[in-house]
Amino acid sequence: MFRNVAELVGLAEKHQVKIAEIMIRQEVEVSGLSREEILQKMDNNLTVMENAVERGLNGVKSQTGLTGGDAVLLQNYISSGKALSGPLLLDAVSKAMATNEVNAAMGIICATPTAGSAGVVPGTLFAVKNKLNPSREEMIEYLFTAAAFGFVVANNASISGAAGGCQAEVGSAAGMAAAAIVEMAGGTPQQAAEAMAITLKNMLGLVCDPVAGLVEVPCVKRNAMGASNALTAADMALAGIKSRIPCDEVIGAMYAIGQTMPSALRETAGGGLAATPTGRRLEAEIFGEPKPRLKDYLA
Amino acid sequence: MKYRSAFDIIGPVMIGPSSSHTAGAARIGRVARTLFEKQPKKVIISLYGSFASTYKGHGTDLALVAGLLDFDTFDERIPNSLKIAMEQGMEVIFQTESAVPDHPNTVKLLLIDGDYEMEITGISIGGGTIEITEINSFKLKLSGDPAILVMHHDRFGVISTVTSVLAKHEINIGHMEVARKEKGDMAIMVIEVDQKIDEKVIKELKDLTHVKRVIRMVE
Repeated sequence: MFRNVAELVGLAEKHQVKIAEIMIRQEVEVSGLSREEILQKMDNNLTVMENAVERGLNGVKSQTGLTGGDAVLLQNYISSGKALSGPLLLDAVSKAMATNEVNAAMGIICATPTAGSAGVVPGTLFAVKNKLNPSREEMIEYLFTAAAFGFVVANNASISGAAGGCQAEVGSAAGMAAAAIVEMAGGTPQQAAEAMAITLKNMLGLVCDPVAGLVEVPCVKRNAMGASNALTAADMALAGIKSRIPCDEVIGAMYAIGQTMPSALRETAGGGLAATPTGRRLEAEIFGEPKPRLKDYLA
Repeated sequence: MKYRSAFDIIGPVMIGPSSSHTAGAARIGRVARTLFEKQPKKVIISLYGSFASTYKGHGTDLALVAGLLDFDTFDERIPNSLKIAMEQGMEVIFQTESAVPDHPNTVKLLLIDGDYEMEITGISIGGGTIEITEINSFKLKLSGDPAILVMHHDRFGVISTVTSVLAKHEINIGHMEVARKEKGDMAIMVIEVDQKIDEKVIKELKDLTHVKRVIRMVE
């Protein structure tokens, strides 16, 4: 069993296989299931992701009305041909938001690695799909590559916003996606690790401050930016750019930052955007409990 | 390692909005029901930390009750679980606690059916993965993987008779924990095993002297 990214990359290089393959082999060993059963299980998760994106792109609204419809707005804008930053990037952003809008509406999604960060991995996958034309098997491999990097983060740091802030959720998801994009595009295992490192470095310190404690604001847009961050980092790694700080050390830094992050900024709706005047007003409108807490700013 | 499977990372398939506060909560509720071995008539749910501050927004209350009703994380009845519980005659009381827990997502459930009560503490550690950390004040660690839980009188030889039964049926133990509150009083064993355990083995364990209850945990 690999314990860190260095071991994961080492195994892939030694056996001359993809990182996805290392994850699949480990899963066979740990679960006692056959390879076919494991691939089928991931295929089912992929189907859930496809359905969620499709539903989101048709337009959803959450019960509170705080989120929904932004994925559609962005798709329409892409179609207008006026987009500045490139249609593939924006497609990923839109599909990431689509997934999280469905999640906020209490629809069915697949956590990757969490529900609040469920948009980044499928959003990027379904966007690069149009460029790379992968087979169904390669799309399933994409998810195993993402899983392998997420596995390392989960065991060495955290994937919980309550424990480590949003850097642990959307940060981890973006890193996982960046690595999976690199591998699907034909990059080496080491380049995948560089992409993960570059992505996560740029999400360090991100706090978890959901307005009214709801996985809506700012979660949907954090997934949007996570997807954009992942694609940019993947391109940088594929261009041959390396992270000066090795991936495992970036993960270690993320963990240490999470440990010292105040509780108000770890999914308690006690600080950050949740404690802004608008955040508090929305909370009062939704739950009917006006809670003027000026001290929140100081937390 | 806390996470063992690729499907802990890519998964679970679930009803939103939060893997820790919704899916994890549903799993804790469901494991609690399994430990109680039936649907409780009444349950008092105490929420701590982030669970206490944000449970309404995440539907943590709905999910915990859904789990107690035996719903899976992707069951579309989760949003209506409180109503369903009422219809099925399960009384639910929520309370939020200000005490700072060891883990930010902590919940304590007191399951009641007449005179029979069980207190279970669970934590949701991220991505829908959970641990049970306390049962009836016994500190332990139960991850929700296949395991058996044996409650027994604290006497010499009980552990060895239990493990002998498992050995006889060629069941390998992956992890085992024993705990007790006071010498000679009640004790508890948590045994994680590599093979499936059939009813026959459970019955044999239940018939052992000093063994009071045997609960089988399956995924």
